Amino acid sequence: MNDKKYDILIVGGGVVGTAIARELSKYNLSIALFEKETDVASGTSKANSGIIHAGYNASKDTLKGRLNIESNPMFDQIVSDLKVPFKRIGSLVVGHSQEDKEKLILEKEKSLAQADIDLRVIEKQELREKEPDLAEDAIVALYAPNAGIISPYKLTIAQAENAANNGVEIHLQTEVKQVLHENNYITGIKTNKGEFYGSVVINAAGLYADKIAATVGENYEIVPRKGEYNLFDKKYGSLVNHVIFPMPSEKSKGILITPTVDGNLLLGPNSYVVDDKDDLEVTEQGLNEIWSGGKKLYPSLPGGGVISSFAGLRATIPADPYNDDFKIEALDKPVGFIDVAGIQSPGLSSAPGIAKMVERLIKDISTEIKAPISLKEKPTYNPELDKLPRLDDYKDHREDWHQVYQEDNNYGEIVCRCEHVTKGEIIAELKKSLAPPTLDALKRRTRASGGRCQGGFCGPRIAEIIAEEFNISPLEVTKNGPGSEILMERVKDIKADRDITYRRQKDEN
Amino acid sequence: MKTKRELVVVGGGPAGLAAALEAHKKGVKDILLIERDEYLGGILQQCIHNGFGLDYFNEELTGPEYAERFIDELKDKNIDVQLKTMVIDINEEKLITALSSKDGIEFIEAESIILAMGCRERTREAIRIPGTRPAGVMTAGAAQRYINIEGYLPGREIVILGSGDIGLIMARRLALEGADVKGVFEIMPYSSGLVRNKVQCLDDFGIPLYLQQTVAKIYGQKRVEAVDIVEVDDNLNQITETKKTIQCDTLLLSVGLIPENELSQQANISLDDITGGPIVDQTRETDIPGVFACGNVLQVHDLVDNVSEESEIAGKAAAEYLLNDQEKEIEQALEVSAGENITYVVPHTLNLNSKTDPIIELFFRVKDPAEDCKISIKDNKEELASYTRPIVEPGEIESVKLPVKLINKDSNEIIVELITGGE
Repeated sequence: MNDKKYDILIVGGGVVGTAIARELSKYNLSIALFEKETDVASGTSKANSGIIHAGYNASKDTLKGRLNIESNPMFDQIVSDLKVPFKRIGSLVVGHSQEDKEKLILEKEKSLAQADIDLRVIEKQELREKEPDLAEDAIVALYAPNAGIISPYKLTIAQAENAANNGVEIHLQTEVKQVLHENNYITGIKTNKGEFYGSVVINAAGLYADKIAATVGENYEIVPRKGEYNLFDKKYGSLVNHVIFPMPSEKSKGILITPTVDGNLLLGPNSYVVDDKDDLEVTEQGLNEIWSGGKKLYPSLPGGGVISSFAGLRATIPADPYNDDFKIEALDKPVGFIDVAGIQSPGLSSAPGIAKMVERLIKDISTEIKAPISLKEKPTYNPELDKLPRLDDYKDHREDWHQVYQEDNNYGEIVCRCEHVTKGEIIAELKKSLAPPTLDALKRRTRASGGRCQGGFCGPRIAEIIAEEFNISPLEVTKNGPGSEILMERVKDIKADRDITYRRQKDEN
Repeated sequence: MKTKRELVVVGGGPAGLAAALEAHKKGVKDILLIERDEYLGGILQQCIHNGFGLDYFNEELTGPEYAERFIDELKDKNIDVQLKTMVIDINEEKLITALSSKDGIEFIEAESIILAMGCRERTREAIRIPGTRPAGVMTAGAAQRYINIEGYLPGREIVILGSGDIGLIMARRLALEGADVKGVFEIMPYSSGLVRNKVQCLDDFGIPLYLQQTVAKIYGQKRVEAVDIVEVDDNLNQITETKKTIQCDTLLLSVGLIPENELSQQANISLDDITGGPIVDQTRETDIPGVFACGNVLQVHDLVDNVSEESEIAGKAAAEYLLNDQEKEIEQALEVSAGENITYVVPHTLNLNSKTDPIIELFFRVKDPAEDCKISIKDNKEELASYTRPIVEPGEIESVKLPVKLINKDSNEIIVELITGGE
């Protein structure tokens, strides 16, 4: 069906797949990325804590430890290139006893022995100055100023857009069924939309990496470990100033409280293994668990302030599902298959380092694969994305927005009232080649309908704009892809069917 | 880009309309009414059912008809209206920042402001329903807009959670469109909407109301496929043995309204934690002099008729503020508080002087339903007045008219209480 040949095929449009795509897009290679969902950042990358960890948690002997440490300083350049909101607000691991304090000191020394991370153990008074409303019994903390917060899906989307601008083909709603190989060499992939050929396949399929790997004879299992979250109204975003962790347990870094880059407050996650890779259900028990976890750190959590609850899944490889390492390697057999699997926490923090590592692996095998490649940098490569205007960024200098408005008066019409998103911002996103016509995709890109009313007012209006821009009926607009249509049928001909008349007008023009 | 105005009314729904008209009637010459939607009338325009205006006009009107009465009256008056314009900031100095596709960013220095931004509905998240996050979960008001304004049916098999008025009205509306409404589920032991709506929208259409039941879980990956319903005990704890699953493609929520006070907060106006609206005196003046609030932004009303009446109070007060040197002499200041069995009272304070109206109406909600009871108004020493009521319900706002002359000159507190049984 598709007889186009590529140099590199990437499976999975999460933060890892898109980071790899962007990293490789600086070379003169033909690259395609495949994502089975309607949008990139549709799996683990859309629902996690959004933390860029300082890197002290994991041992440097592990990939995840080393890559986190390597990646942390890289974010300043990445977010400046991609115009993704990011703040180094620092993290605090909070202890409540002398015993905790000793553990934290030990943790600090252990970390410093491995890497040059800025870490300090701070005492009660300094902790209070940093976080005045923490629990009374919080007396000590491990402070890491280099930890940061980021929007994981905005990062993923920006990486994908930048990769696409630099020539990477991104195929959405394209599910990879099978990796093709002959005589121990990778030859391509088979998808629901036909076959694509290439000598390198990078498996960044997240929760489904095991299924992809199995088609080349690799035998491991990805086990989903769930984490549930509460997101609070923006008016509570300034309750805390840092990413605040409890003392870590064997299983996880624990239930944290943090502001988000968008100004909300985030609480979560808990951590438990589930059977089903589609299990994004939020449970009563889970919500109670994160609530009591949060209360321990921060007793005055606002009960009525939650505007969204959600769950995400970490893709772990068992044996030890709570403590296993990333699995990043180029297989000997078949040549050309690169596994990037088991990317659980700190996967977001490690994504730039993972991309660099995959780049090195490709260099290593570049002459051994079926159709050898040479990694030649292309002069047209542009690492930067343009910054689109956002009304929300003009809070302190509203008068400057007038200029934006004068260029296009759609920037004067506010569609999402809670988050102050204008029609101009929505149309600008819809005009991009990668933007899918779904409410969720627009929410992730513009925050429209992501606020306290959760689309109660603006949902219909956004659906209408999508319908106009894509020249489809509002009945075809979905929340997150086929099957999630938001409207069922027309009521009656209480007014001329806009979608039909709209089409007619368009045709006449 | 910067203009000056005597009075700016924020919001062109029933509250803003009535307030602007009343201020005009009382002599304010320079009024600007700002509305973010493309039409005046606010949420009334999507309320195509009747029952509006019984108190105010002694007639039974639909929402758009009710709105039209005020809009028509506005047309002959010298009141400037800016549609499709959203106020994005208000500060303590009464400087308003607005944005529109017609004029872009505008700064307006207002001498006086009436806040009439209305309210919004509580969402799924506000009540923490576990489960997946598919399409097909929406507030009753959003569904109402889809059907009545946009002309689309958002679902065919409907479960409604919450017996708020919009939920009850939508149960009937969807049934009329041929949808299968499986029932209205209410966590409390009583309906939170008007009795009238329960009778006309559910009973008359054979739609069951299940009290002390709630949605325990939502199923469906892409679109809602089913919900779990569970009974609750008197402490609202779920009785898990009673859980049953109901197939449906849509869950409508009618679980309460929240006044929209983001702008008030920006301006540092003090809010009441219970009502979610500004703290006001009997003229509906907030703690920023010259800034008034009325309608659902102040307290969620059951009837638009009451909104109109309240807004007239605010409109009149804004006019007095503007026309009488802006200095209000306060001879006696009192706190108004909710006593036994009362959730809240509006106004929150009384600032009395020689010009104060001889009768002040106090609005409040009771905590629990009661029959043959009495509303008692006290100060810190004695009962000033009492009013009997055959029946009170938390879902229906109550009011009493208190003659100012009954208030003791040395008192600084008024307490409203509900007294039940044996008295």
